[in-house]
Amino acid sequence: MNKTDIKPETLWAIAWRQLRRNRLAMVCLGILAVYVLVWFYAEGVFWSARIADTTPAYKIARYEIRNEPPSWGHWLGTNYAGKDNLLLVAQGTRIAFEIGLLTSIIVIPIGFILGAFAGYFGRKTDSVITYVFSVVGSIPDILLIIGIAYVVHGVVERSVAMQTLTRYIDSGLLSVCVAMGFTGWVGLCRLIRGEYLKHRDRQYVLAARALGVSPLGIMFRHIAPNVFHIVIINFSLRFPGLILTEVVLSFLGVGIANEPSWGAIINDAKQRLWLGNWWELAGTTAAMFFLVLALNLFGDALRDALDPKLRTSQPAA
Amino acid sequence: MTAYLIRRLLSVVPIMLGVLMLTFLLFRVIGGNPAYRIAGKNATPEKIAQITRDRGYDKPYFVNLQDFPSQLLDAQFPRLLGRLLRGDFGESITTKEKVSDILRKGIWPSLCVTLPLFSLNLLLAVALALLAAYYRNTWVDRSLVVLAVMGMSVSSLVYIMVAQYWLAGEWGLFPVWGFENPYYLVLPVLIGVIAGVGGSVRFYRTIVLDEMYQDYVRTARAKGVSPQRILFSHVLRNALIPILTNVIIALPFLYTGSLLLESFFGIPGLGRMLVMAIPNGDEDVIYAETFLGSILFVLANTLTDIAYAVADPRIRLK
Repeated sequence: MNKTDIKPETLWAIAWRQLRRNRLAMVCLGILAVYVLVWFYAEGVFWSARIADTTPAYKIARYEIRNEPPSWGHWLGTNYAGKDNLLLVAQGTRIAFEIGLLTSIIVIPIGFILGAFAGYFGRKTDSVITYVFSVVGSIPDILLIIGIAYVVHGVVERSVAMQTLTRYIDSGLLSVCVAMGFTGWVGLCRLIRGEYLKHRDRQYVLAARALGVSPLGIMFRHIAPNVFHIVIINFSLRFPGLILTEVVLSFLGVGIANEPSWGAIINDAKQRLWLGNWWELAGTTAAMFFLVLALNLFGDALRDALDPKLRTSQPAA
Repeated sequence: MTAYLIRRLLSVVPIMLGVLMLTFLLFRVIGGNPAYRIAGKNATPEKIAQITRDRGYDKPYFVNLQDFPSQLLDAQFPRLLGRLLRGDFGESITTKEKVSDILRKGIWPSLCVTLPLFSLNLLLAVALALLAAYYRNTWVDRSLVVLAVMGMSVSSLVYIMVAQYWLAGEWGLFPVWGFENPYYLVLPVLIGVIAGVGGSVRFYRTIVLDEMYQDYVRTARAKGVSPQRILFSHVLRNALIPILTNVIIALPFLYTGSLLLESFFGIPGLGRMLVMAIPNGDEDVIYAETFLGSILFVLANTLTDIAYAVADPRIRLK
């Protein structure tokens, strides 16, 4: 057989094959798919109400059915204002995914571009970027997140430009994402910098350089596809942490207040629990539990499948 | 060695300056004039102007070019720097207490919760990690990992609420709120361990497994050392280095205490103070805690590096 006929299998194809063999990972992927469907549904509810300028069903208070335990009409019961918990939890799913997306919009460009420049150019560029992320990394994460969220809350309240923005994005959501975004890039930046350090002297990079490709072209057209899997692994392992941190921020009063995020619901449930309303907490916790669990386990499987270094170092003991 | 030590300790200075600069940019430059927060919601413009003048918020941020050069450092950042270097952390805007006093009072209750919590968590996690690594790739290992991940998937807030409501409230096994005798600490510590152990087990298991695949383990096995002996006297002793590194890096976090545990159980520690400082906009408290947390973190990191250099002469050359 002619050698050129063999099409080399891409990293993604190999990873997918390995993932498919992992039953636990496939179950998690199924769970994630269900959550994504719920997310789309909730976005639909939210935006259709927004466009038609009506109050969405999950926001309508019905005091005559407040604090009702789970029943066929309301699977997760109702809360103190008679809102259906199931609808609220579905909206919480939407916000969880929005947090993941918005935070990544901040984390990935900053982390990737700075990491790439530091790793590829080295010397002064590297020193400066390393200094910046050492400083950010030196402040205990939770303190910095709280600090940023607190300040952004204040800025949003006062600035007119921000108020235009918060017509489209909830102000609490914005401050939570900005806070977690501007602390979260450090980890990604370290990883990407390390990868670029490794790749910059590889044969294909030298070849590209000899052909006269510009540094930016080499960094983003040639090296980037070879290190992009790191971004995906990093995202899938960071996402569950974001969801859990949002709960803490809501409790501290710098989180989301106007929309039913899981943190906001749990924070509400705190007082109702002492009135005997356990279903509010139970429903939200269960919804959060399965998403975070599936993300964690799938993230691990994805890392094993995509990171060839780990693949070889795991002998079949 | 001395040269290395000096170089390493000096490198703390620019990092700390950076941390201060970052907190300053955040709270003063982006956050705007703190006088608005200090004066409260219904303050008159005169009051705000007065606070602004009294606290020097009307000065330039970094250098004062008026009347150059005698007034050069009469700006917000240099003044703040000077104040902090003298150990003056300002005062709380709600209680008018000095922040240094608040910190001194809060540190003991915080440590009462976090020290036992941290040690128990460490012991339990390392033990479980060794167990998982010893039975690697069997059902014991796999179920431990899944259990650990399951434990990580519940918000710590939920652990606290559930335990406080049922164990303390409904069944009355523990006090619900307060800080009077050691018995008040049992439930917070217990919850903290349960909430945190999952993540730690997973982390330490990776460390132990990394050691398991080293060449010296194969050598030991080849010369007939028993698996238990390999685990405890070969693998564990080598894994202690990364474990200890992790412990040292985590130590500064002991001082901020556990924000959530302290505020739910009414323990008057640093974490609870921070939680109360945020809605009040009590800037100096937030500021001081961030600053101290970072300085401890950087120092702990530096000490780890120095300890490594003492243990391994090759590092000094880099």
